[in-house]
Amino acid sequence: MVGKFEGFEIPKPIPALTEDTKPYWEGCARHELLIQHCQDCGHFRFPPSGLCPKCMSTNTEWVAVSGKGQVYSWTIFHYVYHPAYAKDIPYNVAIVQLNEGPLLHTNIVECNNEDIYIGMPVEVIFEDVNDEISLPKFRPLSK
Amino acid sequence: MSRRAPKLGRGVALVGAGMSKFGAFADKTSRDLFVDAFNAMTKSMDKAINTEDIDALYVGNYSSDLFEGQGHIAPIMADWVGLVPKPATRVEDACASGGVAIREGIIAIASGIYDIVLVGGTEKMSNLPTEQVTDTLASASDATYEGSCGFTFPGLYAAMATAYMDKYGASVEHLMKVGIKNHNNGALNPKAQFNKTIKDLMNSRIEKAKQKGEQIPDWHDEIDFLRDPRANPVVAWPMRLFDCSPITDGAACILLVAEDLAKNFSDDPIYVVGTGQGSDHALHERDDLTSILSARIAAQEAYKMAGVTPEEIQIAEVHDCFTIAELLAIEDLGFFKHGEAFKATEQGLTARDGLKPINTSGGLKSKGHPVGASGVGQVVEIWHQMRGEAGPRQVPGKDIRLTLTHNVGATGGTCVVHIFQRR
Ligand SMILES: [Zn+2]
Repeated sequence: MVGKFEGFEIPKPIPALTEDTKPYWEGCARHELLIQHCQDCGHFRFPPSGLCPKCMSTNTEWVAVSGKGQVYSWTIFHYVYHPAYAKDIPYNVAIVQLNEGPLLHTNIVECNNEDIYIGMPVEVIFEDVNDEISLPKFRPLSK
Repeated sequence: MSRRAPKLGRGVALVGAGMSKFGAFADKTSRDLFVDAFNAMTKSMDKAINTEDIDALYVGNYSSDLFEGQGHIAPIMADWVGLVPKPATRVEDACASGGVAIREGIIAIASGIYDIVLVGGTEKMSNLPTEQVTDTLASASDATYEGSCGFTFPGLYAAMATAYMDKYGASVEHLMKVGIKNHNNGALNPKAQFNKTIKDLMNSRIEKAKQKGEQIPDWHDEIDFLRDPRANPVVAWPMRLFDCSPITDGAACILLVAEDLAKNFSDDPIYVVGTGQGSDHALHERDDLTSILSARIAAQEAYKMAGVTPEEIQIAEVHDCFTIAELLAIEDLGFFKHGEAFKATEQGLTARDGLKPINTSGGLKSKGHPVGASGVGQVVEIWHQMRGEAGPRQVPGKDIRLTLTHNVGATGGTCVVHIFQRR
């Protein structure tokens, strides 16, 4: 589907904090990447939720992860699908797999779009949006 | 805990199928389109049907609330074709709404609660106030995890295409070949939104340049044309404009009846022999972006119910919302091995005169993709092909006895598969 937008000022969507996701976003605001770890089966899960989908356990702890991983897949947007991103075109979006397992939707920063590839080692950095929200982004892993 | 083998409580048959023209119509609402489809359906039938004989309506629709500011559309559709006071239910599973509405109709008849069910799908997406389209398209992506990094729907399929190309060595040209093939079919379908081949489109661009006295593009063939960013801009790498299905208005209707009543309505009914449906994780929880779990599950269930193998399916309509989606579909359905679909397409195996014709209607790419109607539209093509009524796009040299439809919601969160037999 391809849509057209003209003359709108729409801000970039920002995450809505809920009871279940608050610890994650509070961690991001402190520039710390926290992932839920099931105390019963050991599954690392993302996005945050109230129940382990592997074993139905609600016994969960938040653990700080390495923030290191690799690019799982990626795309470069050349077309404005969301008006808030018009000025960023062309911009990349990547799915990054953390070393602990979970996959995150994110953007690769400090890197040319042409240099992104599947399997590229990356590490997390945080971009502050406001006092409450910082978004996890990833940059090429410094050797 | 093992599941019981899925089976229909009683047989279900298809006795009529029709669709509105698919396209962009400034002067038609979803209910007008639905009436067009209903009329086409009754015209397709061998024997007359009275509306009082129809027990219920299921209608697939994704987002009339957002696209048209109109919710609760099922009773409106029922009213417009004279079905009131029969039960009318809207079914929503994104782009699979139509296919799932069909499945609900099948289940209702198989259960014994109804004998005769009208299933429709309808969607009005074009010529709407820009704010509405903007809001609707923005609302289709998850604000928290997708919207906050600019990931919108086409990009999700683009990431699947990137993963597929990386894993199997396919190229952007392989994606283009899916679109060229589907436009070749759609060119022969008078109901299609774009009933032009890519070559036609290329030649008309050249003609236009000549008339305007502009520099004449030196495209040698369709691939050359599709590689040119002026003709075919990148939207979300590796996908270009011609890899995407269009915004479409349209509707489709089919009539399902209990098997023992089929001959009352049709001299040549088509029997529903398999149906399956599955779900899948959001993209960031998948083990593999090059295959869709819901499609494999839906196909498995439908094949098992029908007692047939993928090799036996003669033609299929599959969900090509993007060119990559067709490649994933024909692998997940078992027509080709994983990583082989792009080669099969290149060899012409999926062309109308190939071993396994796919999307003879033109597919969503060329026929159009009125989201909630698309899954029902697929069955309209199957109906015509199986009865030998597809005109110039009739598959040559095949007595078509076994067919399949495959309808996907979003990036595979839903997939529904149906198998049809002509006896
Ligand atoms: Zn667990």
